[in-house]
Amino acid sequence: MREVAVIGTGMTKWGELWEKSLRTIFVETALLALKDAGVDKIDSMYVGSMSSGLFVGQEHIASLLADYLGQTPVPSARVETACASGGLAFKLGFMEVASGMSDVVLVSGIEKMTDVNGHEATFALGTAADQEYEGYHGITFPGLYALIAMAHMEKYGTTREQLAMVAVKNHKNGAKNPLAQFPFEITVDMVLNSVMVAKPVVKVVGMGHATDTIALSSRKDITWLEATYQAGKRAYEMAGKKPEDIDVIEVHDCFTIAEICVMEALGIVEKGKGGKAVEEGLTALEGKIPVNASGGLKSKGHPVGATGVAQIIEITKQLRGESGERQVENAKVGMTQNMGGSGGSAVVHIFEKE
Amino acid sequence: MQGIVGYGAYIPRNRIKVEEIAKVWGADAPSYKRGLMLEEKSVPSPDQDTITMSVEASKNALKRAKIDPAEIGAVYVGSESHPYAVKPSGTVLAEALGATPEAHTADLEFACKAGTEGMYVALSLVKAEEVKYGLAVGADTSQGAPGDALEYSAAAGAAAFIFGKENIVAKSIKTYAFMTDTPDFWRREYQYYPQHGGRFTGDPAYFRHITGAANGIMDKAGMKPADFDYVIFHQPNGKFPLRAGKMLGFQREQIEPGWLVNLLGNTYSGSSPLGLTSTLDISKPGDMILLVSYGSGAGSDAFIFEVTDRIDEVRELAPKTRDLLVKNRNYLEYGEYAKFRHKIRKAE
Amino acid sequence: MPTPSRYWREIPQRYRFETNQCTKCKVKFFPPRLICPECKNQDLQKAKIEEKGKLLTYTIIRVPPHQYVDQAPYAVGIVELDDGVKLTGQVVDCDFDDIKIGMRLKLEFRKIYQEGDSGILCYGYKFVPE
Repeated sequence: MREVAVIGTGMTKWGELWEKSLRTIFVETALLALKDAGVDKIDSMYVGSMSSGLFVGQEHIASLLADYLGQTPVPSARVETACASGGLAFKLGFMEVASGMSDVVLVSGIEKMTDVNGHEATFALGTAADQEYEGYHGITFPGLYALIAMAHMEKYGTTREQLAMVAVKNHKNGAKNPLAQFPFEITVDMVLNSVMVAKPVVKVVGMGHATDTIALSSRKDITWLEATYQAGKRAYEMAGKKPEDIDVIEVHDCFTIAEICVMEALGIVEKGKGGKAVEEGLTALEGKIPVNASGGLKSKGHPVGATGVAQIIEITKQLRGESGERQVENAKVGMTQNMGGSGGSAVVHIFEKE
Repeated sequence: MQGIVGYGAYIPRNRIKVEEIAKVWGADAPSYKRGLMLEEKSVPSPDQDTITMSVEASKNALKRAKIDPAEIGAVYVGSESHPYAVKPSGTVLAEALGATPEAHTADLEFACKAGTEGMYVALSLVKAEEVKYGLAVGADTSQGAPGDALEYSAAAGAAAFIFGKENIVAKSIKTYAFMTDTPDFWRREYQYYPQHGGRFTGDPAYFRHITGAANGIMDKAGMKPADFDYVIFHQPNGKFPLRAGKMLGFQREQIEPGWLVNLLGNTYSGSSPLGLTSTLDISKPGDMILLVSYGSGAGSDAFIFEVTDRIDEVRELAPKTRDLLVKNRNYLEYGEYAKFRHKIRKAE
Repeated sequence: MPTPSRYWREIPQRYRFETNQCTKCKVKFFPPRLICPECKNQDLQKAKIEEKGKLLTYTIIRVPPHQYVDQAPYAVGIVELDDGVKLTGQVVDCDFDDIKIGMRLKLEFRKIYQEGDSGILCYGYKFVPE
């Protein structure tokens, strides 16, 4: 396998963006990424998007967006694994470069959720749950994560205050992030052929991807995120790293309990101790292992498919030293964890500054 | 010999008191309570309807019958509030119990008599040996127009009976039906609430048919009121069945066990059937029970049952009617009641 | 929302709790599958789930999906049935203050929702206090 690095990132402002269509948002951000990378032509592209079909009635966006970007006939694929679609798109781009199939791959995450009303958006998001045995009974995503939180509180004594601290920390970080609310693009390239030497090279050194049951009731332990654990394990192994080696990490905090459970599943804290760790400031920006310096999903928002890629951009910037007020000192090794549904899929990447 | 092999009841837990309804319409609660001999009525939750209550009542009946549901050859649901206008309640019930596909089913309606109507048919099929077991359910989530007298009493509940020839709990001694065309209470298609003829619903309607059926069956069976341990009449309010009893020569003690209306309201097709389940719950082997239903339009079905030894075996196998009536009650205010009963006009 | 065929297909599970069970490792799961999730064996036999169990976790839904708006607020929980199978469903017929993790519940037949004023009625199971 060849070495792979992130050579360019691009993002435009997140928001309701009434005047901009899905195509427009994509092209604007992709152009920024191509410029940042210094490339005109790509060998392949991946688009992570949970449900362009339900949100804008448009499938087949892989080809549509390749066309609008002026890259036709480039091979393009739209990938989906609920809220981890972005992370998955990155995984596939990484693999394509690592395998030698391509040299330059554009990886993107995008979601345009404001062209439908609240009910339709809720319905579209709800499709990440088990339709016949969870959705049928009136469960929602806040509901599913509340079920995890109640069980975690019952089992480990985690408190509501600790959950709230996750939100406080992330919003504090997010306030320092002028870029909250963006769809993100990044470009991945083979290190050896890269001509960009001005910026520090950020290599992809670890990758893990795993699945779990999507129905919460089918899990062995409702308080444990097995897919995240498995994905993390594989990523650590591939990178030859341990939790203690990670300097900065972006996790999928769709709800505060998620951040707590993810820290436990990634081995950053012991099982059940996530709440306490947040309370003690372990994961604050100034803490031992800053989690979600970007502000996380809580502060940035969660345009589904875009999130995974946004996390990778944050880590890339942290490792390049470009994170301004949110900069984690001496960040050399960073990690991203992107998760789908109530934990049914997880993609973890580890990055290292050369 | 054929008869009841299993019986079961279901009553939703929500209630609303007469005072609560009277308050909203500026009516005098005490006079309604006195006039109707009624305290409160049951109210179905939005997730309950004739079908859901029929399923639970039938499952209770199966617990007492102890038979394989696949052997049920006929399934009848009598109601004036079937959830669909076209598509039977009976098929959902049969599917939920596991009686499909070899079962005959029909949805019946005859105002408050639809439950006993199903019983009449199921029993007859068993008698004719056309089916091994027949299931009949009387269930309703009846509506009363807001502010109308019927709003105080229109309630929800279900009772189910499985008929057969083996392991009988109560033998069927006689059946009888008495019916005329009497327009005392009706609902036209696409109308949300029924209408009624006021005092016309009394003597020419309820009392004429109840007494006609009671006298008819006692004649046919060569029996008198004193020969019965218990009698159950349809209960549109607390007063009517007591007056009917008096008119026919029955004592108050014979009527009491099956007289639920003061705390339950009028469960329409479930009314006299629930009176029967409640009576069976306290009956002893050898007891003679007379059941006379009434449905506006109008008609009455009458049954004579004789309780067997098996009652002692099955009584405790499923919830008792009076327990369902008084345990775990949840009192509603009028607003929540109106919301539950879809009486509030919402945006599309 | 379920068209008639998608609703009808799940009837044996929603009305009668039918499922299957691994003949090798005996694990029971719900809904039924073609492959045992534990030992991956494909030789399975018919089974039914127990109808009673205890509450593992719950939450109150106050902002529901569109079709459930009239039911809100309502409680949803995961129950571990007496045979070990876990199920998600609404918890009804009790005050929210009385819902406790560990409480005993049983399955009851209820209307889950209806497809507007003219669509089909969808039935299934909910949990009530035992």
